[in-house]
Amino acid sequence: MLEGIFIGLEAAFSVQNILMVVAGCLIGTFIGMLPGLGPMSIIAIMIPVAITLGDPAAALILLAGVYYGAIFGGSTSSILLNAPGVAGTVATSFDGYPMARKGQAGKALTIAAVASFAGGTIGAILLMIFAPALSSVALLFHSAEYFALMVVGLSAIAAFAGTGQVAKALMMTILGLILATVGEGALFNMPRFTMGMLDLQSGISFITLAMAMFALPEAMFLVLNPARGASGEGSGKITNLRFSREEGKAMIPVIGRQSVQGFFIGVLPGAGATIASFLGYAVERNIAKGEEQEEFGKGSVKGLAAPETANNAACTGSFVPLLTLGIPGSGTTAILLGALIALNVTPGPRLMIDTPEIFWAVIISMFIGNLVLLVLNLPLIPYIAKILSIPRNYLIPFILFFTLMGAYIGQNNATELLLLVGLGVMATIFRFADYPLAPLLIGFILGTMLEDNFARSMQLYRGLDFILERPMTLGLLVLAALLVLLPSYRARRARKRAEGVADGD
Amino acid sequence: MALDRWIALIFVTFCCIYGYAAFFTMDQLLPPFMQRNPVWPSTFPKVLAVLGVIVGMIVLLGVEKAEDQDDAPSATEINYRRLGDYKIGQALMLLGLMVLYALMLRPAGFLISTTTFLVAGSAILGERKFHVMIPVAAVATGFVWYLVQEVLGIFLRPFPFFMGM
Repeated sequence: MLEGIFIGLEAAFSVQNILMVVAGCLIGTFIGMLPGLGPMSIIAIMIPVAITLGDPAAALILLAGVYYGAIFGGSTSSILLNAPGVAGTVATSFDGYPMARKGQAGKALTIAAVASFAGGTIGAILLMIFAPALSSVALLFHSAEYFALMVVGLSAIAAFAGTGQVAKALMMTILGLILATVGEGALFNMPRFTMGMLDLQSGISFITLAMAMFALPEAMFLVLNPARGASGEGSGKITNLRFSREEGKAMIPVIGRQSVQGFFIGVLPGAGATIASFLGYAVERNIAKGEEQEEFGKGSVKGLAAPETANNAACTGSFVPLLTLGIPGSGTTAILLGALIALNVTPGPRLMIDTPEIFWAVIISMFIGNLVLLVLNLPLIPYIAKILSIPRNYLIPFILFFTLMGAYIGQNNATELLLLVGLGVMATIFRFADYPLAPLLIGFILGTMLEDNFARSMQLYRGLDFILERPMTLGLLVLAALLVLLPSYRARRARKRAEGVADGD
Repeated sequence: MALDRWIALIFVTFCCIYGYAAFFTMDQLLPPFMQRNPVWPSTFPKVLAVLGVIVGMIVLLGVEKAEDQDDAPSATEINYRRLGDYKIGQALMLLGLMVLYALMLRPAGFLISTTTFLVAGSAILGERKFHVMIPVAAVATGFVWYLVQEVLGIFLRPFPFFMGM
């Protein structure tokens, strides 16, 4: 491991890569603050830029910087405006916004930055420990296990979708898998479901799909409902970035607990930063004693530090399955996976062995990224926050334009733009009907790999025998079935019980 | 019937069409040597179509009950039942503008179509200060073009087709 760290240090500390981290963090913070552009959209926009760099390590470092920056930017807008740009920072606004209303916006931002820094750094240390261990286990996996593992990942994403949402999330996953079958596959040289259209021959571009699923609906909502992301009564000047020694002491145990908890939640597929931040907030509120508990929701230091630590640690945690198994656990890592494949890097257990410099450079750059956020972005925040006062009449056309550009420069194909608008309208309707969209994108990205691994194991075993002959495959598939069925079974039992009680009265 | 179940109905119909294509139209095209394979190009789509119909039916029939959420929707929350209050006209016009942009990008060139898109977009949203918006749009367009063409090296035709570039 030590050798790896040195390789990573050497790669990450080149002038080019440090510039990448700094640029990534700044761009991420800048755009992440805008309502309507979450980390997924920003990374999707940045992919063409990253691919042009050509060097996979530099590209991944840039994108990881953008990711951290976007999360940080998102918490800035939740604190200052109560308008979270990202779902993962909604919990930040619970205590951050009241603090800003009390005129302590500067302090709130500093606490958020310190908590994010600690969460991200501790997360990166845990990643250094767990990723190599997991990837040595993953080397034992064959295509049959990979197939089963992807099925587990997809069903876990659906299972974490929440009560009454499992079937909907599964439906979206299947739609994503169906969309992935469009075009020519790697195993069969035969176009499928292209309806004779030449533009669909190479399939739907995942950047187009990502833009259509996340950036476009959010922009449409901003148009439809001006109250969303409205500048409100802005918090005015940001002064006094310091917090007191007592407040610092109160934060330390919170940061310690939440960075570990957040990391492990982030590792689970489908859970991610949003769940980690809400859970972190809830846990800390329950642990807190008397007076401190009263403070929650009114501008508590602990209540602000908890979700901020947890969401950054979870972001780092979500890199574990991506780097070791090549399976993304969240929408954002799914987009990163797409970018890696475009750069001719296949993430998975071989990544550490074949290209250790990429693996370790990414981890080391996470430390640098967090440091940059703390040292460089924090003093700049009062100036960057000016972007929030851009009137929406100017902002929305630009958001739409960047969405279109992101899809266009990746493919250089105007048909892609029509596809983007069509899929975007579809996604907006899905959002109205409360369907989760991340499963669709993850299904789409995993679709090709799922089918390839399935086909390979079918060919090796001349049929479905691989399920019975490989116990690990069978075990994983059973786990996948349990994950999907358990939430609805428990809900049903709870309902039955509730009905029984009602009858008894 | 609620919107989510209408969507499920459309999804089930879509899966049936997709399944029909997979079950009845794909296998005839398969060359004989590939028919000896245990997996055909149509295998995975067939599985997906069947799964899709099952899951779609579960949502459609409401087998999995959602928790009743009676809390009043907040002003920033999006809800299709309040669709009447929203600015649908603006949204539809912007979508139309995006389609127009997609169609005009090649023939009219990047610089003209993008500047027009940005100005028209803000005009739809109610901006009337054209003496500010037009220069902003023009400068931003030029800057993005320079960035994409010169820095990233991705070709974007700047001028209309008849100008020969």
